[in-house]
Amino acid sequence: MSSPADAHSPEAHEGHHEVNYVRVWAILLVLLVVSVVGPMFEIRVLTLITAFGIAVVKAYIVAKNFMHLNIERPIVLYILAAMLGLMLQFFWGTSPDVMHHYGKNWENRAALDQPHTAGSTVGGSHGDAAAAHGAEAPAGEAAPAAGH
Amino acid sequence: MVRPIATTRSAAGLPTGRLAVWWVIASEIVIFGGLLGSYVMHRLGHPEWADYAAHTNTWAGAFNTFVLLTSSLSAVLAHQAAEKGDGPKAARYLGFTILGGGVFLVVKSFEWTYEITHGFTITANNFWAFYYTAAGIHGVHVIAGMIIMAFIAMDARKNKELQRVELVGLYWHFVDIVWIFLFPLLYIAK
Repeated sequence: MSSPADAHSPEAHEGHHEVNYVRVWAILLVLLVVSVVGPMFEIRVLTLITAFGIAVVKAYIVAKNFMHLNIERPIVLYILAAMLGLMLQFFWGTSPDVMHHYGKNWENRAALDQPHTAGSTVGGSHGDAAAAHGAEAPAGEAAPAAGH
Repeated sequence: MVRPIATTRSAAGLPTGRLAVWWVIASEIVIFGGLLGSYVMHRLGHPEWADYAAHTNTWAGAFNTFVLLTSSLSAVLAHQAAEKGDGPKAARYLGFTILGGGVFLVVKSFEWTYEITHGFTITANNFWAFYYTAAGIHGVHVIAGMIIMAFIAMDARKNKELQRVELVGLYWHFVDIVWIFLFPLLYIAK
């Protein structure tokens, strides 16, 4: 184990002073402009890439260059990766119940009662509630009765 | 001079002070990650939320992103100055960062005033509940960062406890990263 002095030493943060922070900031601003302009074309794929894809890139640039994660001790990366893993597990475990409004033995009445969301799944339509509900029921499996 | 234990004691190869800040950030990932994850699930399950999101002001969000990115630049420049032992310069850069936080909050207050007076309150529907909760918790983090930074800047001006400049910078960059994700989720996806 190294001493704290080592951790704060120039060797520990090798390359730290070589970063041109103003240049990094300028790159971030260019990415910001792209993330605002891209969605104006109202093309779904382009919006996903320019808004959310670039958000990931911007976060990476900030973490790497401003937080110096690229020269930080591996233990920090492990801690952060574990937390991101927990976040993904939370999403994976709960998203089916939130994004789908009915299943084999259950239904979300509050969501189904809303005309726009009834029966919607991921990327669900704005169509008629009853039609959407019935149309999206799995083959051979009746949609839950309204009175349940 | 007696040095603080967070600087002199090491755990896992890095000073305990820095390790503690990383732990704080790790816990914040769970807080904001859970909130934003929940938002994404609900957003995917409720297409009509796009109509509600259409009322958020993209330009105000973009300007605030610019402000926070710039404040992150001044925070890292403060760290650079502190590493060179130039406390007064580090304090000045921290002052710019605090100013950035202040501008961010002023813009946010104008935004919220407009939205609330037009009926888009936290109880209007679940989209606005998420909007105010996420942006509100983020705003509280900005305020906390500004207060902590002010105390650290006062010490740094006297060349005291300069290692803390890096620590508060780490926290501030994380707050910036959270906003980087909040911006497209709340302002762009319409």
